[in-house]
Amino acid sequence: MLKIRQLQKKRQEEEEEAAKSQSPTPTRDSTPVNKNSKVSAAQLRIQKDITELDLPPSIKLTFPQPSSLFEFDLKLIPNSGYYKNGKFQFKCEINSNFPIEPPKIKCLNKIYHPNIDLQGNICLNILREDWSPVLSLNSIFIGLNFLFLEPNPNDPLNKEAANCLVKDKKQFEKNVNNSMKGGYIDGVYYDRVI
Amino acid sequence: MRDHSSVIPLLKTIGPFNEVADDYNYQSAWDRLSTSKILVIGAGGLGCEILKNLALTGFKNIHVIDMDTIDLSNLNRQFLFRHKDIGKSKSEIAANFIKQRIGEDNINIIPFFGKIQDKSIEFYSQFDLVISGLDSIEARRWINATLVNLSSSNNKIIPLIDGGTEGFRGQSRVIIPSFTSCFECTLDLMSQKITYPVCTIANTPRLPEHCIEWAHLIQWNIEFGSTKKFDADIPQHIQWMYETALNRAKIFKIEGVTKQLTLGVCKNIIPAIASTNSIIAASCCNEAFKLLTDSNPYLNNYMSYSGDYSIYTYTFENNKRSNCSVCGSLPKKIYVESYKTLQQFIEDIKDKQEIQIKNPSISSISGPLYMSSPTELQKITKNNLSKKLNKLISNGDEIVITDVNLPISLRLIVYFTSDEKDPELN
Ligand SMILES: [Zn+2]
Repeated sequence: MLKIRQLQKKRQEEEEEAAKSQSPTPTRDSTPVNKNSKVSAAQLRIQKDITELDLPPSIKLTFPQPSSLFEFDLKLIPNSGYYKNGKFQFKCEINSNFPIEPPKIKCLNKIYHPNIDLQGNICLNILREDWSPVLSLNSIFIGLNFLFLEPNPNDPLNKEAANCLVKDKKQFEKNVNNSMKGGYIDGVYYDRVI
Repeated sequence: MRDHSSVIPLLKTIGPFNEVADDYNYQSAWDRLSTSKILVIGAGGLGCEILKNLALTGFKNIHVIDMDTIDLSNLNRQFLFRHKDIGKSKSEIAANFIKQRIGEDNINIIPFFGKIQDKSIEFYSQFDLVISGLDSIEARRWINATLVNLSSSNNKIIPLIDGGTEGFRGQSRVIIPSFTSCFECTLDLMSQKITYPVCTIANTPRLPEHCIEWAHLIQWNIEFGSTKKFDADIPQHIQWMYETALNRAKIFKIEGVTKQLTLGVCKNIIPAIASTNSIIAASCCNEAFKLLTDSNPYLNNYMSYSGDYSIYTYTFENNKRSNCSVCGSLPKKIYVESYKTLQQFIEDIKDKQEIQIKNPSISSISGPLYMSSPTELQKITKNNLSKKLNKLISNGDEIVITDVNLPISLRLIVYFTSDEKDPELN
């Protein structure tokens, strides 16, 4: 691999040049590299995404396991819209294949929302079919925030809620308010979040 | 003895095609067939082809690593395996087959049955070249990052040839760690797992896949809660998935839910055909031959092959991404006095002109050490600031520094010097 050796030699020379011009550091060559001391590509990317988060005040992250950035909770308190002042809890799980695979986000409260089912599954395009590694954690949280400002009846996971939003906005608003206080809508009990 | 004279003309022709014509020497090129140590990762569809090609070309030192065992569904294309081998280690059976075919005296082929992550950095640093024929993106990212790290920490450049196929499509690429673009640079080129919108799955299924995903994503949790995790390798789990999907398909009058499809969707099985594997593996092995013998210029650096619509190949140079999290900044060694606290360490790196950091966040493999944002993490991690760095990490550990002002993440390998006492306190 002559060409690679040439490239390598050239770089070594450059490094030596650079080292000479800097203050002398103790030379301890071929220091062994620890096994398993490397930060994984997924962790690198998560840290970068988390450092660059720029979230509205309605979103707060909490880290029950501070030793890991791969799992954390998210609290959303919308400051306007149907869900104003509700406190919604989410769990965010990221696996070692991030950002090839999107994070998994689940709503921990049972809530009355057209795009969230009773198990907490969320219909948000960038969480699944429209996810791409060029998107960031920030874009997902902003998307989630938007879902509470503008629930989308065209992608229903809770069909009753979606139908109501299409047919009778006043009734929908009432239902949301009642559900957030903890109560029954269409025979289903919803968690108190206010 | 085996006669490899058929490749001699390829090696004897000295001229404009040699990468470095002045330094090229036929004898050393020839010798490199026997002396080069090659690691093959994966002994599956691509791996069988790669091992066969390398052995028949005349390479004599080959290691092969694979964590899988042989399954009936592999036998149609993974031709080093026979029916009696089902359940046994792919790498071991493949190595045995090659040894028998080539003759034990003519080749040294060593299998490893396990995960690539189980092997040490020292293990990887012994090779001249690595060829990967894996479908797991996670494993390919790992070997890529490992080889890029070796190029900077040990200054050992080990080229990585990566092959991948999916149905009639495939690609081979040559990665010269830290010189060319790496696997991580082009993550967004990888074809994504096919997913369907949750609301379609929940409300308006049209495809058999929608019914299977409904059983998989929604019904499983309703039935078993989050306590029982679905495992596609457990036959009863797949049976449940299949029956649940089939019932749903009946309700919506959808045809085509089969057990095979259920397994395919749940395990995300990628379509595979023997001939595409041959094409891609062959191109990978020719690049290995050219790289190791210097006989001809090698692929620079990405060849994409598509047979979906007629046939089409395209070769191009993928550029290094300057903000790539693996090769964008190579880890640098840093020596830190043992008495320094995390706070003092942060002040030191802030003072460094060439780094330009104002509000760094730092983590190691064991998690965050100090995160300047978001506030929640800052509160949790600020207690670490007064701790000595050598109590938080071990000698030789890698740390990662990010900062909003920094387009890349900065990686440092920390070595502690023996200065135990802070001179300013004396
Ligand atoms: Zn890269």
